[in-house]
Amino acid sequence: MTAKIEYKYDDMIHRCFRCGYCKFPNDWSTITNCPTYARFRLESYSSGGRLWLIRAWVNGEIEWSENLAKIVYSCTACKNCEEQCPISFSDDLVNMVVAARSAMVETGLLPSPVKSFLKNVHLHGNPYGLAAKKRDQWMEGTKIEPYQNQEYLYYVGDEGSYDTRAQSAAKSLGELLLKAGVSFGVLGNLETSDGNEVETLGEEGLLEELIEKNIKQFKDLGVKKIITLSPHSYNVFKNSYPKFRGEFEVFHYTQILPQLMQAGKLEGPADLNMKVTYHDPCFLGRWNKEYNAPRDLLKGIKGVELTEMGQNKKSALCCGGGSGNFYTDFLGGSEDSPARIRVREAHETGAQVLAVACPNCLTMLEDAVKVEGLEDKIAVKDISEILNGTE
Amino acid sequence: MNSAVYKALVDIVGEDYASDRAEELFTYSKDLGTAEPKWPDYVAVPKTVEELQKIVLLANEAKVAIVPMGGGMSLAGIALPLHGGIMIDMKRMDEIIEVNGTGRYAVVEAGTSQGKLFAYLKKHHPTLAHSMPDAPPAATIGGNMAIHGQGDLAHPHGFNSDMINGLEVILPTGEICRFGSCSMSPGWFTQHPLPDMAFFLGWGGATGIITKVSLRLFPCKKIREFDLLVVDNEELVPEILYEISHVGMSEDLTAFSQALPPMTDRLHHIGVNISGDTEEELEFKRRFIYDERLSSFFEQGTGGIVATSQDLEKPTVTKTSDWKKGGGFEYVGSVFPVSAYPELYRKGVEISARHDIPYTVVGRVIGAAHSMMFAWSYAFNRADPDSVRHANEALHETDDLVPGLGGTIWKPAVYGQQIVMKHMDANTLELMKKLKNMLDPNGIMNPGNWEVA
Repeated sequence: MTAKIEYKYDDMIHRCFRCGYCKFPNDWSTITNCPTYARFRLESYSSGGRLWLIRAWVNGEIEWSENLAKIVYSCTACKNCEEQCPISFSDDLVNMVVAARSAMVETGLLPSPVKSFLKNVHLHGNPYGLAAKKRDQWMEGTKIEPYQNQEYLYYVGDEGSYDTRAQSAAKSLGELLLKAGVSFGVLGNLETSDGNEVETLGEEGLLEELIEKNIKQFKDLGVKKIITLSPHSYNVFKNSYPKFRGEFEVFHYTQILPQLMQAGKLEGPADLNMKVTYHDPCFLGRWNKEYNAPRDLLKGIKGVELTEMGQNKKSALCCGGGSGNFYTDFLGGSEDSPARIRVREAHETGAQVLAVACPNCLTMLEDAVKVEGLEDKIAVKDISEILNGTE
Repeated sequence: MNSAVYKALVDIVGEDYASDRAEELFTYSKDLGTAEPKWPDYVAVPKTVEELQKIVLLANEAKVAIVPMGGGMSLAGIALPLHGGIMIDMKRMDEIIEVNGTGRYAVVEAGTSQGKLFAYLKKHHPTLAHSMPDAPPAATIGGNMAIHGQGDLAHPHGFNSDMINGLEVILPTGEICRFGSCSMSPGWFTQHPLPDMAFFLGWGGATGIITKVSLRLFPCKKIREFDLLVVDNEELVPEILYEISHVGMSEDLTAFSQALPPMTDRLHHIGVNISGDTEEELEFKRRFIYDERLSSFFEQGTGGIVATSQDLEKPTVTKTSDWKKGGGFEYVGSVFPVSAYPELYRKGVEISARHDIPYTVVGRVIGAAHSMMFAWSYAFNRADPDSVRHANEALHETDDLVPGLGGTIWKPAVYGQQIVMKHMDANTLELMKKLKNMLDPNGIMNPGNWEVA
């Protein structure tokens, strides 16, 4: 027996019955709508199994191990379990996992990729460990201005700033905002990680540090309104920053662009004649209940025929990249990796384009398309790229 | 532990789907009910019959136990590795192989979840339905066969294990056998009239592993309605159920009583599921059930309809586990004549009160009121050892009660199995022993279950 661990949800976690609703989408058509259970098909990787293991660990029934930590950290925080769980505590299911991670952080017991992720954010302001001074390289060749009291701050985020594929989406969105005449600016090399992943990885100290730093910078610069490329940034700005007195008007870009199109300030490319299916990002959909804006945006583009995958909106299968998994890659390496399942679902719709509204999903799903050998069949594009006519 | 067994499992199912790690062993050591944990030595999650067959052959060679597990929803500890060995999680074997619409049957792999088949039929064959148990959708088709499960459609069609057209089974010695028309033709359309060899239904995986099931499907009408009658006298329940079953128009016929919420305490709710392709058909059924058979109860004021709904949601029994805010409940299932309802209800109230558990009892009519599944549920708080102990004692008291009242225990755990076997006819018991020994000479199949001394 190991020592009992201090745990925030000690009085609640035993209420999970492990009935397995958490594995399903709304229509029950598959038992693999939890991305970690889909990948491993062991009960230990189901939401219920994970909670029972956490309880056993905090009670001293089992010891910490790399495997336990992998099980705990492989959860993408996608909230499918919360949508499906019939018990009244369902809103706290992800919080219970995050609290266990916090306890692991407190005890210094973390899997190596998670340690690297957090160390890189701490030292460099991004999980990739790349230099902060390279953060603005994505905007080379654009006319995007630094933020100087414009109406909006365009917050790009870690993926959009550093990941080669996501940089294209960041650029497309910037160009669209320019075309539409939106008053906006970016932080460039002054931007640092938003903290969304740090929060779900359970590093409360680093989260606080990032939030306070960002809030100070935003306030010093006079930022009132923020447009984000990533739903992850949107989520943490909207839901966590106010707890630290960081209250800003926050928009995911899909919530801004439809108005610009309706106002005639933005036009899509010429008739595209394109069948598109849309993948709901967890941090826009289940976390923030925004299902319509991205669809409205797509429907507003001439020549786009929007078709839905079987699992969509509340039941969308996560790409597997959430909560740092795009970096830690606990769910990769298998045909049952959630991103690969998801692109197969997208391909089954007959769509030529799998549209996303998240740089995280963009990189996860594009990699999956390559591994599945579907490059000639379906392209993964950010909605901003479709609208901007980016090839 | 034998690392050679683990390596062999990895060779069979791949590294991702075999484990001897503490976390998986812990997870599979636990049942959802009150049973003490029993640790396996390995966990394997096969995808194909061939992989499963290799595991069975490996277990025979290494003389290690194997325990097949479906959804793990029995709550009775039936899928616990009482003697260690290899836990086989069947849920990757979940292909819906064929739905024969005009023949009204579906051939599925045994690990197919009830939810998946339900959704598949709803989407692709909306005029067909299978009998769904009240268990969560993760319960599997094969698991339900292994425990003689039952669900809606039990009133017209019986236990789920009465609804099969064929089975494929891996014997404890590794041979793959098929039963029914599928043993001699590609069609899975009937279990009869070949000699009966159904030694696998209700055995809880102790005589072999069911791998494929041909499941009978039934007409699914466009409009489904759930009506709820209430009476305050338990003695009236058998008579009402008899009257309703006389017309044979209900798809599910249940009676239940529960302490929570307080407004339902001591009342008896009779749930009647009816369906129709038109409102006219529904009205016809309502007229026969309520006007023709039950009008006297309404006229005398001894009962009434309290609710009707056409927005049917599947029951969520999981919520019972939260009654003590403790993530647990377990029940004793039994099969009795319908006439036993009043006595069974009263005993349930007594036992629950003794253990400070809100009482919950439910009966489901099987066939034309030929029998009734009756369950006493006991919620407990998993974090409170006293609460778990009370539930466990209540369960055992209930198990002890069943034979004395003339019933049989449904899907009993080992404690209940011992009670059943103690009361069983000696010759029948001897036959069970011979069958088990013949089929499983190495004693590897879910050992500890249905073992005749």
